[in-house]
Amino acid sequence: MNFDFPDELKQLRDEARRFLSERCPTSVPRRILEGGEPYDRELWRSMAEMGWTGAAIPEEYGGAGLGHLAVCVLAEELGHAVAPVPFSSSVYLATEAIKLFGSDAQKQQYLPKLAAGELVGTFAMAERPGPADPRKLIAHVANGHLSGTKLAVPDGDVANFAVVAVHGGNAPWLHLVDLGGSGVTRATVTTIDPTRSHARIVFDGAAAEPLPGSEGAESVRRLLDCAAVMLAFEQVGCAQAALEMARDYARERYAFGRPIGSFQAIKHKLADVYIAVELARSNAYYGAWALHSDAAELPIAASVARISACDAGWLASKENIQTHGGMGFTWQMDCQFYYRRAKLHALALGGTREWKQRLIAELRTRNTIALPTD
Amino acid sequence: MDFEDSAEEAAFRAEARAFLEANAERRKPGAVEGYRRGQDAPGAMERAKSFQRRKADAGFVGIHWPKEWGGRGGTQIQNVIYNQEEAQFDVLSGIFGIGIHLAMPTICVCGTPEQRDRFVPPAMRADEVWCQLFSEPSGGSDLAALRTRAERDGDGWVINGQKIWNSGAHYSDFGILVARSDANVPKHAGLTFFILDMKSPGVEVRPIRQLSGSAHFNEVFFTNVRIPDNMRIGPVGGGWRVALTTLMNERHGMRDSPGPDFQELFTLANQLELEDGLAIDNAAVQEKLADFYVRSQGLKYTKYRGMTALSRGGTPGPESSIIKVVAANKLQEILSYGLDLIGMAGPTMGEDMPVAGIFEEALLYSPALRIAGGTDEIMRNIIAERVLGLPQDVRVDKDVPFRDVPTGSRG
Repeated sequence: MNFDFPDELKQLRDEARRFLSERCPTSVPRRILEGGEPYDRELWRSMAEMGWTGAAIPEEYGGAGLGHLAVCVLAEELGHAVAPVPFSSSVYLATEAIKLFGSDAQKQQYLPKLAAGELVGTFAMAERPGPADPRKLIAHVANGHLSGTKLAVPDGDVANFAVVAVHGGNAPWLHLVDLGGSGVTRATVTTIDPTRSHARIVFDGAAAEPLPGSEGAESVRRLLDCAAVMLAFEQVGCAQAALEMARDYARERYAFGRPIGSFQAIKHKLADVYIAVELARSNAYYGAWALHSDAAELPIAASVARISACDAGWLASKENIQTHGGMGFTWQMDCQFYYRRAKLHALALGGTREWKQRLIAELRTRNTIALPTD
Repeated sequence: MDFEDSAEEAAFRAEARAFLEANAERRKPGAVEGYRRGQDAPGAMERAKSFQRRKADAGFVGIHWPKEWGGRGGTQIQNVIYNQEEAQFDVLSGIFGIGIHLAMPTICVCGTPEQRDRFVPPAMRADEVWCQLFSEPSGGSDLAALRTRAERDGDGWVINGQKIWNSGAHYSDFGILVARSDANVPKHAGLTFFILDMKSPGVEVRPIRQLSGSAHFNEVFFTNVRIPDNMRIGPVGGGWRVALTTLMNERHGMRDSPGPDFQELFTLANQLELEDGLAIDNAAVQEKLADFYVRSQGLKYTKYRGMTALSRGGTPGPESSIIKVVAANKLQEILSYGLDLIGMAGPTMGEDMPVAGIFEEALLYSPALRIAGGTDEIMRNIIAERVLGLPQDVRVDKDVPFRDVPTGSRG
């Protein structure tokens, strides 16, 4: 049994943790929350220099060629630090879409710049409240020009280009659009987590270049599955940080003459959070294994990883506020970062209700289920 | 990252499987013989003992024990691999679990070499069966509040009092016993640990009928029972430390909860007609199924992570406490939900149900799994204190002589 990350990636995780604890303490997301910057550009540049943005990009396209597992360990640390950078949009989604469905020319054109952090990409899908079903999309492409409106596009106001999902029929469903080009109007929108910038984007005949391999709604699902696994690690990191914050406070805060962490009401609550985080971590590992080994059960593993991570993030972040009492609800305390980010993550690729339906549908299509046997 | 055995692990697994194929029947897939009824079947004890002897002779008892204990000198991961394989066969090793997993490690770690050499070989071959005499009506989760008295008398001890929840005491030859040898010191300091011959005069075993109707555990009463001093484990007044050794082994041995899991619920949902078609087509049912699947998988991969640590030479830690809490609660919730789906016909224990009564049977034994071997509440305390490092609760009885500790009216 070798169900763990290899030593060199654990080393990468330790390096990332050291770097982020120094370079991205909670004063950094606070600066973004309170200031006018959409993200920490300096931090982004440093991450690119260390090769993080190109971790899963093959060396032939200018990346580090470390594979998905490396992105997973970095994601966990970025989640722990609630880092205000467009990593998930650019790495899990835009980069992944080009790797999965792009032509060699497109890979040559985009991947080296994505690896270098010179280009920021994002993914635009949602068009209205409700499930993000690719088959219900209204945005469309005619003669190489894309029209439609996309809501709550993460980093949509700062990204250089977007991978835009459309109902492609028999043609590709994912298209590259230069967000600085004509026919694109974008407006920054206020969201539950201002430490990650979002935009509403209107495409009105914007020049669009198809990703030739993205045929059928299944290609969109495939991209979401890959991203869900990497995002699950970010969610686990965020949940772990919220748990640690609650634990530290419960050890130091006294009430009724003793640390509140000595009361079972707090102990059992935090034990339940620990359980949820560990189950989510284990399920994220399963997702990482499926992604890394290109396993047929990726849709199942991604769904399980995502549902578990959303549950853990929500529980850990809300109970962190609760453990802090009134102080937890103040602007000055850091509890808000985890609470905002955890829910943002839980919505980013569609809510858990959609993923649960998908999970059961996937299990039903398989006669043999990967079942817990021991 | 993979799920593969190393070459050594694969070789050991093959050896274990070959032994099991030659000496036991493989469990039939989808068999619904009942998860707990096996022990009650006629001739079960004889079959269990016969298998245990062959298992010991083949070197599969005490796999990870050092050779000087009489073990194989193998690794923790080999132990896990053997258990994985054995779980696919119809054997009743659980009957000897208290002796093998709790009593023998305690004797080996805390007892004398003479005690070890006297008791370990017959326990390994099931010539002697063991029970655990710890809990009392007034001391369960608060084990150190036990009141059974041990009084010095010449070259031995005289025991008076009562134990409870003693699995298998009715067929056991020996028991590990904690008793109070001094009530004038705080509760943890006044305990002493013994080996008790269950055939001693003054030992009376009374079965307790469980909520489920079975009777696997007992009350045990002691009336002037004599124990020679050479059956004492550890120093006089040092019983708590010895008992902790036992409890650590109990917690590290945490296994899954036996019974219907996601697969059975999934099967049920695929067969059962609801108002508008099959249960599996109902969105509310799908959402519940997904939640159960995610918990089952989380548990499975948490165990795989633990196995990986063992595989690399680590030891199981208090993290393993989460296995029991999650498994027992998941089982109970799956059972309740499955019966809800069956609806008005659900109470039937009969064979005409889609899943042939196994939900009903397991519903009645499942409460025990959240209590035995450390309640959900104690397990959460362990996670909070040992894993998260939260401070202990205030203990009003900690520094008080035991005789002055207040007691309530229930026990």
